[in-house]
Amino acid sequence: MKRKLEISELIFKIISYTLLTMFALCCLYPFVYAVSASLSSRSAVEYGEVVLFPKGLQFEAFARMFGDNMFWNAYSNTLFLTLFGTIWAMLVSILGAYALSKRRLLFRKFFNFFLVFTMWFSAGIVPQYLNYLDTQKVFNAMGIMDDKWLVVIAMGMAAMNIILLRNAFEGVPSEIEEAAIVDGASEFQVMTQVYIPMSKSTIATVALFFAISRWNGYFWARQMISNANEQPLQVFIRLRLEQYRDSEVMAGWNEAYAADSVIYALIVCSIVPILIIYPFIQKYFAKGVNMGGVKE
Amino acid sequence: MNARAADFLTFDKDKKVYRISPEQAVRDDVEKHYWVHVGRTIVKDWRLYVMLIPMLLVFLFWRYFPMYELLGCFKVPDLVRPVSQQYFSGFSYFNRLLVGGDKLSTDFWRAMRNTFILSFYGLCFGFPIPIILALFFNEIRSNIARSVYQVLTYLPKFMSTVVMTSLVTMLVKQGSLTTGMGVVSGLLENIGVVSHDVANAGLLNNPAFFRSIYQISGIWESAGYDSIVFFAAIIAISPTSYEAAQIDGAGKMAQMRYVVLPSILSTIVIMLITRIGSLLNIGYEKVLLLYNTDTYVTADVISTFANRQGMMSGGAGTGVASAAEMMNNVIGMLLVIGANTIAKKASNTSLY
Repeated sequence: MKRKLEISELIFKIISYTLLTMFALCCLYPFVYAVSASLSSRSAVEYGEVVLFPKGLQFEAFARMFGDNMFWNAYSNTLFLTLFGTIWAMLVSILGAYALSKRRLLFRKFFNFFLVFTMWFSAGIVPQYLNYLDTQKVFNAMGIMDDKWLVVIAMGMAAMNIILLRNAFEGVPSEIEEAAIVDGASEFQVMTQVYIPMSKSTIATVALFFAISRWNGYFWARQMISNANEQPLQVFIRLRLEQYRDSEVMAGWNEAYAADSVIYALIVCSIVPILIIYPFIQKYFAKGVNMGGVKE
Repeated sequence: MNARAADFLTFDKDKKVYRISPEQAVRDDVEKHYWVHVGRTIVKDWRLYVMLIPMLLVFLFWRYFPMYELLGCFKVPDLVRPVSQQYFSGFSYFNRLLVGGDKLSTDFWRAMRNTFILSFYGLCFGFPIPIILALFFNEIRSNIARSVYQVLTYLPKFMSTVVMTSLVTMLVKQGSLTTGMGVVSGLLENIGVVSHDVANAGLLNNPAFFRSIYQISGIWESAGYDSIVFFAAIIAISPTSYEAAQIDGAGKMAQMRYVVLPSILSTIVIMLITRIGSLLNIGYEKVLLLYNTDTYVTADVISTFANRQGMMSGGAGTGVASAAEMMNNVIGMLLVIGANTIAKKASNTSLY
């Protein structure tokens, strides 16, 4: 009996390790290939000789990209959108979530519904587009001609994240708040000195959710930012991809590296910042998913 | 005196009569002067309400105003007037889309069908794989090895849609006289999945492959990340349950069947219901970045259809586009509410 047990366990273990290893390698492969292809020579890339490691090493694709002012421009625009977008979203979300977490708030049910309804029913992209056009007009009339601010302020708010924060604030024991009030703390002090420090990990998670979605944002930035100098990195990558996949544009390509290498180099550069911070933030994300899963 | 009367009556010993209690007097006052009471509470707690204002305004301006804009689907087409001043036209756009009989109508039905098919396939393939992954993660006893696997499988989730679709586009690109095809196309040709001609023409230009590419890239992107919830449920199982099963002579499969599965069943049910609720929320960004005119047959979904009608045609088709999205969103909302109600009944947990 004991022996049979061990065999079935062993077989299952071997299967899990094999399949998991295969899946993990599949997950990793496209990124490894991107790095290799960005560093390989033109003929190796164009004839599909690059499979895993770079062939005929060259660094000119990266050099061309680093020498491109538009690339740095796009990078700084993405940093701008991520930084200010996250700050704005966190400011609005924390204040709103704090108020919503209070049982003494009047019409609390209504406000919650106001929030949750946007998760059930979204207007769709065309009405949203029309709405953003109107917003753009209002912003321009107010003297804000920079479409970056439109993207920062009008877009990317997520009801789910506010609900995560609200749940975290509701989890803070009310005795601590009462003690702070007895000590003479104002509402604002209670929030900044009791609630925020006590829900630090949730706040970090939500901030990361916002930051990642800002860093990765593409569609609305492309629709709403008309000035080429203000476009973020994702739009820049996509435009380059469209340009370099166009055979007519590419007919006159006579560099020592393939056009594809430049795209791969761009992709590598756009994911490096995420790869660097990823090991540190990964545990927060795992936590955030479990928080969002089921809540009474 | 019964207990309920005691709530609002007090006995006046001097005059030997019952009087309304002071607490009840306050309650009556609140009821009679409800709005005065509301005003007083708001004034007393004004800081709380001020904190709420930015959030309310953001959602009002950029979530609710678009819904108002969506009412354009009931209005006469008009590019000059705002929605509020346009004439009401009833269901003409809906008629046009549903029973128009022209290309627009057939395109709409195609998009509707594709939306359902893509999301249904996503449910069939995208849902079980994270559960299986979580079971496998549980087999790895070494914490370091497990973290390595988890880091690698969660990774694609953090890449943007643009990066992901760019990689997919490049990996299955078409070959030409001077250049070879994408490396994954080459691989598929070598193992005999597709013929050379098909692979060389570019898999993304072939309607027969769009759904597969969409689902496989979706699994690549999010299977690892989606397994987190299930893995958390599995590691919460007490080791004594396994031990008890082992003593009873349960092999690995029997343990899966009688220990693990019942323990994570509630998580599976809730995740399934959530998934069904968001069935129609196809990631339009991904479709938009992967499809092209050759693959509209299988790739065009409602959002991309609406996008083409409403935004790319310079605004002429916004009414039609809004009508299409209205239908998509109403069906989507019914699914969410239905799923939420079932979840409430089934497990006493509401998802929102």
